[in-house]
Amino acid sequence: MPFSVGETVRVRWATPPGHVRTPYYCRGLSGTVERICGKFHNPEELAYGRTGDQVVTLYRVRFAQKTLWPDYTGPAKDTVDIEVFEHWLETAQ
Amino acid sequence: MSNDHSHHHDHGHDHVHADPHAPRKDLEDIPPTYHQALADAVAELLIEKGVFTGGDLRDTIEYMQGRTPELGAKITARAWTDPEFKAKLLTNAKEAAAEIGIDTGPAPLLVMENTPDVHNVIVCTLCSCYPVFLLGKSPDWYKSREYRSRVVRDPRTVLSEFGTDIAPERELRVHDSTADMRYMILPMRPEGTDGMDEAQLAQLVTRDSLIGVIEVNPPA
Repeated sequence: MPFSVGETVRVRWATPPGHVRTPYYCRGLSGTVERICGKFHNPEELAYGRTGDQVVTLYRVRFAQKTLWPDYTGPAKDTVDIEVFEHWLETAQ
Repeated sequence: MSNDHSHHHDHGHDHVHADPHAPRKDLEDIPPTYHQALADAVAELLIEKGVFTGGDLRDTIEYMQGRTPELGAKITARAWTDPEFKAKLLTNAKEAAAEIGIDTGPAPLLVMENTPDVHNVIVCTLCSCYPVFLLGKSPDWYKSREYRSRVVRDPRTVLSEFGTDIAPERELRVHDSTADMRYMILPMRPEGTDGMDEAQLAQLVTRDSLIGVIEVNPPA
């Protein structure tokens, strides 16, 4: 399901085995779509030699530091931008 | 040198000491590690099967060794002196760099601009993705687990360890290079550089300022 720039999205909470490109520290947390980077082969498939024809939309999602680390001591405006593939994102409730 | 022999030789146990004057082994005298052997085997197979030649491999190594932070510095100096170029760099870095004859490589490149409101810094927490086409080989600290884990968790402290204190009014924005994008930071042009030309400006720009762990210092 496609998302648009500025939309609030949540990274799925999941811990699949194998090669995963979504950092653990943002899973289950919400951020805002900063930009849409385009479509790329899924590195989680490429890692096993499965290239196929499927491409996945890659987003950059901006998270507040305080969302990622509730005990973050720096200013509330500090952020982290993370590249996340669409199959890892869901609409934030 | 005398320290090498400072211990007593008349102790009673019967083990044999290694000759302290033995010549140091060359790399070829040590058995290759698993991954060295693997890399050699894959390279030999690809050459044997005609995928590329030994000359192609050498050309590529030489080309990549020619990629240095001077390329990033040249792009930065142009952006500081040419607003149109800068605008293009921030929206289509590959095309902008190509205009001044710089190849940004196969991965898409995003250039993040430092401003009085925002300071940017790059990391790859999952591995060590780095803009090698613009900055050459990455420094060891960039690949270290310490930098990768701490700069997303406590970036202001990490930057202060590099001697960089970001004012609390400025947003500190970390870019985690987790997938297909590569990043370069466009640092702020320092004070006191009004009379400088592009080549002089480029001299001020160092690798670490293009990663975002420091700012560009005014000329001494």
